[in-house]
Amino acid sequence: MTLPAHITTDLQWIRVAPCTAIPTGLGVGALIQGQQLAIFRCGDGSLRAISNYDPIGAAHVLARGLIGQIRGQRVVASPLYKQHYDLDTGRCLEEPQVFVPIFPVREEAGYIEIGVAA
Amino acid sequence: MQCSLKVVIVGNGMVGQKLVELLHASERRDLVITILAEEPRPAYDRVHLSAYFSGRDADDLALARVEDFAAHGSHLHLNTRVTAIDRDARCVFTASGESIAYDHLILATGSYPFVPPIPGKDTATCHVYRTIEDLEAIQASARDARTGVVVGGGLLGLEAAKALRDLGLETHVVEFAPRLMAVQIDEGAGQLLRSKIEALGVRVHTQAQTQSIVDGATARHRMLFADGQHLDTDLILFSAGIRPRDELARQAGLVCGERGGIVIDDHGRTSDPHIYAIGECALWGGRIYGLVAPGYRMAEAVAAHLLGHPGNGFQGADMSTKLKLLGVDVASIGDAHAQTEGARSCFFIDEMQGIYKKIVIDAAGRRLLGAVLLGDTESYGNLLQMMLNDLPLPERPGDLIATATSGNTALGVDALPDTAIICSCNHVSKADIITAVRGGVGDLATLKTCCKAASSCGGCATLATQVMHAELKKMGVAVRTDLCEHFSYSRQELFHLIRVEGLRSFDELLRRHGHGSDGCDLCKPVAASIFASTWNQHLLDTPMAGLQDSNDYFLANLQRDGSYSVVPRMPAGEVTPAGLLAIADIAQRYQLYTKITGGQRVDLFGARVDQLPAIWAELIAAGFESGHAYGKAVRTVKSCVGSTWCRYGVQDSLHMAVTLENRYRGIRSPHKLKMAVSGCTRECAEAQSKDIGVIATDKGWNLYVCGNGGMKPRHAELLVGDLDDARLLQLIDRFIMFYIRTADRLQRTSVWREQMEGGLDYLRAVVVDDALGLAAELEADMQHLVDSYRCEWKATLESPEKLARFRHFINSEQPDEHLAYTAERGQRRPLHHHERHEQHETINVDTHP
Ligand code: SRM
Ligand SMILES: Cc1cc2nc3c(=O)[nH]c(=O)nc-3n(C[C@H](O)[C@H](O)[C@H](O)COP(=O)(O)OP(=O)(O)OC[C@H]3O[C@@H](n4cnc5c(N)ncnc54)[C@H](O)[C@@H]3O)c2cc1C
Ligand code: SF4
Ligand code: FES
Repeated sequence: MTLPAHITTDLQWIRVAPCTAIPTGLGVGALIQGQQLAIFRCGDGSLRAISNYDPIGAAHVLARGLIGQIRGQRVVASPLYKQHYDLDTGRCLEEPQVFVPIFPVREEAGYIEIGVAA
Repeated sequence: MQCSLKVVIVGNGMVGQKLVELLHASERRDLVITILAEEPRPAYDRVHLSAYFSGRDADDLALARVEDFAAHGSHLHLNTRVTAIDRDARCVFTASGESIAYDHLILATGSYPFVPPIPGKDTATCHVYRTIEDLEAIQASARDARTGVVVGGGLLGLEAAKALRDLGLETHVVEFAPRLMAVQIDEGAGQLLRSKIEALGVRVHTQAQTQSIVDGATARHRMLFADGQHLDTDLILFSAGIRPRDELARQAGLVCGERGGIVIDDHGRTSDPHIYAIGECALWGGRIYGLVAPGYRMAEAVAAHLLGHPGNGFQGADMSTKLKLLGVDVASIGDAHAQTEGARSCFFIDEMQGIYKKIVIDAAGRRLLGAVLLGDTESYGNLLQMMLNDLPLPERPGDLIATATSGNTALGVDALPDTAIICSCNHVSKADIITAVRGGVGDLATLKTCCKAASSCGGCATLATQVMHAELKKMGVAVRTDLCEHFSYSRQELFHLIRVEGLRSFDELLRRHGHGSDGCDLCKPVAASIFASTWNQHLLDTPMAGLQDSNDYFLANLQRDGSYSVVPRMPAGEVTPAGLLAIADIAQRYQLYTKITGGQRVDLFGARVDQLPAIWAELIAAGFESGHAYGKAVRTVKSCVGSTWCRYGVQDSLHMAVTLENRYRGIRSPHKLKMAVSGCTRECAEAQSKDIGVIATDKGWNLYVCGNGGMKPRHAELLVGDLDDARLLQLIDRFIMFYIRTADRLQRTSVWREQMEGGLDYLRAVVVDDALGLAAELEADMQHLVDSYRCEWKATLESPEKLARFRHFINSEQPDEHLAYTAERGQRRPLHHHERHEQHETINVDTHP
């Protein structure tokens, strides 16, 4: 997979769950080194990972949002107040000054893995 | 010091109020405005007076509040009738003997209903139809009446007939002329109108001249007609035309018309330069205008003159009208009777669909002079504009009305000049609408508030929308009723496609009818809801799960901190002590905050996502089931205790409410659905604020529909009265399924009903009279939903695959450490954001019971 441009350091990949744990179109929460993440499997089968914290709703709930596409961007809608976050950039569509952190994610040997700075 | 100018206005009706608003808006500080008004309340919307019977109250109709006058430094005297004018002393006298001086006096006294001098007319149950008090009196005497007669088959008479019918009376219309609405429409349309109205159960008697009213044999009164016939009735309502209230002016020696009306010039001035007259009491160019729009134009002329910048003044007004009378669309434009020299007409008559159209064209065949439309008034706006703006007719003018729906041959709004008046009630031109759209307005609701277009009679709504859409298009803004970017269909259209093509998955729906590969958070839940309303599969079955809104996905309501609430069903609010004990025990062990909801049941707050299955397993073991508080679905059926205990209950409302709740529980719909059943007319269950309200009568049940108690309260309307149990269920079956099929996404029944073409009459025709021939299908569809009901939580607990989803982390058993609580009034609640950094005795909640 391609990594977001701002990630330059070497990555350490952490195993999260078997690939089958996230069916297409759904998301799950994951705890990675004390951080809460939301991992989604998009309509085309590809994975995305962002922080689980919704900075506008102020709760760890993004993994429970509905995912989809808006004008070609892959997004998750927060289950709290329905703002959309771009899954590739973390930018909030409704309030573009708000971002959520994004994380590298991949499938390796039947497992989903998250990349963290080594 | 600037000296002030005393302006006295007599009458605070619709037109008088318009003048007040114009003067208030003028920012002129030197005007001292005094309004002397006979009625007990400030101006209200007389045009929509009948809405009072369908649940609007006086406040809904109000055009002004008492505070508004004081806020502008004006003096409003209610309950104050002016009895005389002293023109020399320039003052008026009120009934209480007070005298009030004026520099300028404006008479806005309107008109009164004419009651023909028939012997016997003065009994208590003879009514007129003009004020809120009149309506209250009609309502009161309708209570113990069975039949009602309206004398007069004009526009107002037919509106009054509808009111009587809505009050549940057997209704008759007695008209002196050979046809209904003789002023506005021609013979052919009159006949069709009559047959349509009779089909609705209103009896029409034309060429009937009432000679006297005596005591009745089978009802309170008997009307004796000139031809020897008679008619027994409990209530009589006169609607035989209006007479201008010019008595003050006559007394004061102002010039008045022979047949009534205070003579005015283009600036609204009477024969005394200090006195003006406006509205229905004024006579301009030899005629009285019995409509509100011309009155508003007069008010504008007078305001301009008073404020010292008179323009052309009042130049006459068009009397075209478009109305819905007893559910029948009727429109009349210009020279409807083809009285212009050399005029010729084209007709379109469709007896199958009950449509009649006529256009009147000048001798040269170039200009439209008038039109009559009945049954289909779609082209009203276009035809009116053609006439008003002298637009050239097409080569074959008959094409304008040649089909049942002449929408296609309609002229494009582009053909209209910018000066064309689109909304005649509020004098809004095409240019005004374009300006509003360029300023960012993009929907009719906003247009109404910002430039008032379509906010009065509503007759111009279609055209105003067309102008708005045309301009939006020019600006490159897409105008769509599409659900979202993935589907160019409305919810109703999608419902149809899914049902007819038997589609059962979102992917298939998207592939066949949508765009893109993914969908979004708008179309997915809509599809999920339609699938559920159609096939009733379990929400969390694999292809469905990813379509559900978050609440549906976890079968619980998400709270602000990310925890959930749990609401077990408690049909009709009935719960045994043992049930309460079980709930109390569960709540205590899981430390759930408990509260009685507004829907007569108990809500348990603060459950973690991973605790939900265990909590539900215990609730189900104690005999409870899902309350669907999380779904756009049937929620609660509220009930009073009814004849089970209450000394006034006339039916067993509890039993009926339990029956309804168990029948319709959990059914998915475009938005949530709430019901209530009251055991008598005292209405302790507030059924008239629900989507479906049932009120017991001594003969059975009255069924009310489309009420709302939420953001925009709306009283439910009576659909049918005195139903037996079986018929009640049958009609509710049909009503719910019809709503599910046709409403928009997240549209409550109240809004659905407000936007329904044809209104309550149409709804009644479909649901009660089965006008669309759909009833059997709707009932069968409902029966399928009832038969396939399963408690969603029970089914979830039986499926390890579904249960696997109820955890906060896929890779850890830890709960969300972000959840933090404090105690308040003996229970816990989540910390507010600002409390997180303060010292709080937080409560530890991850103790597994
Ligand atoms: C719990 C409760 C308040 C309470 O503590 O009493 C409640 C709570 C919520 N209401 Fe309500 N409503 C509750 C009774 C009502 C009532 C009263 C009633 O049902 O008799 C009304 C007015 C009646 C009506 O609907 O016409 C009501 C009108 C609304 C509305 C406005 C709906 C509208 O169309 O105007 C919303 C917003 C919406 O649905 O879009 C709403 C939305 C909500 C939501 C879903 C808001 C949210 O997204 O969090 C709340 C979540 C409930 C939860 O977490 O469990 N709630 N809500 C009541 C639950 C009743 C139940 O037993 O299921
Ligand atoms: C049921 C109904 C439906 C209608 N539908 C339509 C429609 O669809 N379209 C349309 O254009 N028009 C319609 N009209 C007509 C419309 O309501 C009138 O044209 C409009 O109200 C006229 O306004 P006005 O101010 O001249 O008179 P009004 O609204 O009658 O106001 C006159 C006021 O003056 C008061 N008054 C009179 N004499 C005195 C006095 N001596 N001292 C103090 N106060 C006094 C009266 O009490 C009254 O409040 C309808 C009317 C009714 C009754
Ligand atoms: S509505 Fe009033 S009278 Fe009727 S049952 Fe309820 S409490 Fe009794
Ligand atoms: S014409 Fe009556 S509201 Fe526009």
